[in-house]
Amino acid sequence: MNRDKGIDRRRFVFRGLGLAAAALFTGCDRLSQAPWISRALGAGGGLTYRVQRALTFRWARAPEFPESARSAVFPANGTSDPDTPHYRALAANGFADWRLAVGGLVERPVRLSLAELRGLPARTQITRHDCVEGWSAIAKWTGVRLGTVLDLAGVRPGARYVVLRCADLMEESDEPYYESVDLEDAYHEQTILAYEMNDRLLPVANGAPLRLRVERQLGYKMAKYVMAIDVVESFRRIGGGHGGYWEDHGYEWYAGI
Amino acid sequence: MGTAEVDTADDLSSVSPDAVPVEPPHPVVVYRHRLLTRLSHWITVVCLVILVGSGLQIFNAHPALYWGDRSDRDRPLLALTARPTESGDLRGVTEILGHSVDTTGVLGVSTVDGEPVARGFPAWATLPSTQWLAMGRRWHIFFAWVFVLNGLVFALWAVLSRHLTRDLVPSGRDVARIRQSLWDHLRFRLPAGERHYNVLQKIAYLSVIGGLGPLIVLTGLAMSPWADAVVPILPAGFGGRQSARTVHFVATFAFLGFTAMHLFMVAATGVLNNVRAIVTGWSRVIEEGGGDEQGQGD
Repeated sequence: MNRDKGIDRRRFVFRGLGLAAAALFTGCDRLSQAPWISRALGAGGGLTYRVQRALTFRWARAPEFPESARSAVFPANGTSDPDTPHYRALAANGFADWRLAVGGLVERPVRLSLAELRGLPARTQITRHDCVEGWSAIAKWTGVRLGTVLDLAGVRPGARYVVLRCADLMEESDEPYYESVDLEDAYHEQTILAYEMNDRLLPVANGAPLRLRVERQLGYKMAKYVMAIDVVESFRRIGGGHGGYWEDHGYEWYAGI
Repeated sequence: MGTAEVDTADDLSSVSPDAVPVEPPHPVVVYRHRLLTRLSHWITVVCLVILVGSGLQIFNAHPALYWGDRSDRDRPLLALTARPTESGDLRGVTEILGHSVDTTGVLGVSTVDGEPVARGFPAWATLPSTQWLAMGRRWHIFFAWVFVLNGLVFALWAVLSRHLTRDLVPSGRDVARIRQSLWDHLRFRLPAGERHYNVLQKIAYLSVIGGLGPLIVLTGLAMSPWADAVVPILPAGFGGRQSARTVHFVATFAFLGFTAMHLFMVAATGVLNNVRAIVTGWSRVIEEGGGDEQGQGD
């Protein structure tokens, strides 16, 4: 009898604990829909940004790899072939008519052709690309440092972010892809506008003719099909106001983790 | 000398005062778990529930594991896949180390609103329940901070209050008892109402606090591209970022395994008393005759 009582108690307590855990779980599931909880939890991402930046040597570099470490296949995520008439026309002509427009808070807005970008000092790096989904792939990238391009145009005082506008409309929403980085990342040695991947012209699937590499952040920051660069003081009035396409859809602006 | 064999209470009470009385074991209520132990225990419980659920949500965005720096999709260690059959159904197939197992209903393919859907872990195991990576990351990173800060406060307190050295690190006497304790546990002669942790408990708690906990935090950090730039040894030490991700995943299940064992032991050694102890701090222990009175473990 005593034994039965023990089992009853055990069952009671564990059922209670089980229910509490389930309630916590479903409660959190429901809470996920509430905008305020999303904002509150977003503080975790903000804290990561501040702590990571505070503890970083500004110029700490992402690991680079030997040729042998490259992936046999580099997956193309997101848009793999922008189907706007404008982009199609540019691609059909081998991007001979494509120009990178650099504007916003700059001394002298410039428009650069692919040939002009290739004429600037180049940097090559073999780095690991980390997708927010969890996979990694390694490739060799060649391009011009974003800082070099920004210096050509001359960044004006008060500028804080660099916004990259892209040619592709996202399939799910028909909204144009865009991204932004702060000036610290923009001027980082490994932050380049790449026009070559694995010693060949950047394929359309990987962002031809020009894509961003921000090696200390996740893949969604590395805008493909870059058409224009805007130097801004704030991105609150651009797109959904969160600094990027995926950021407008709930992802963190700071993708260092 | 002329000591008579005594076995009645009357005779016991007449033992002279300078002789050590041989008392039978008796229950006393003692303060077993201090406030910080209890607090950090329950914060860990909440963190674990949320971190495991949101972690599986994140895993579901790419439900495969690899070894090394990169993900070669043709060579996963583990992959939860969905395959259409000839009849048009979806089958969940788990590929593990080159073997394929049908896991329809749980892994690879499970039901959402009555429909079979391709998803790594089922909806009941993930937070949020629907496929929602951005929100899963928010839960995960926020509670990762809570977990880490809670762990740091606990570790600091454990060292300063000597909880670590007094209650957690096995003493020489404990080490000598390992065999016996292991043997007792294997025969389900489980110690109930102990004032101090037994040696197996100490080893289990220490390996989780000093081993598994830091391991899961470090492998988590090793997946951060920023952290890898600052501390390149972080991913390299685990054999690459994808290896770190694999270790992070395995460590999660080690945590769940520890929790299952922990709950089993809680149930087997007096559930009400154990739950009361970790909530209020007070525990009923069986006092062996001649036990030291001052050292209260938690």
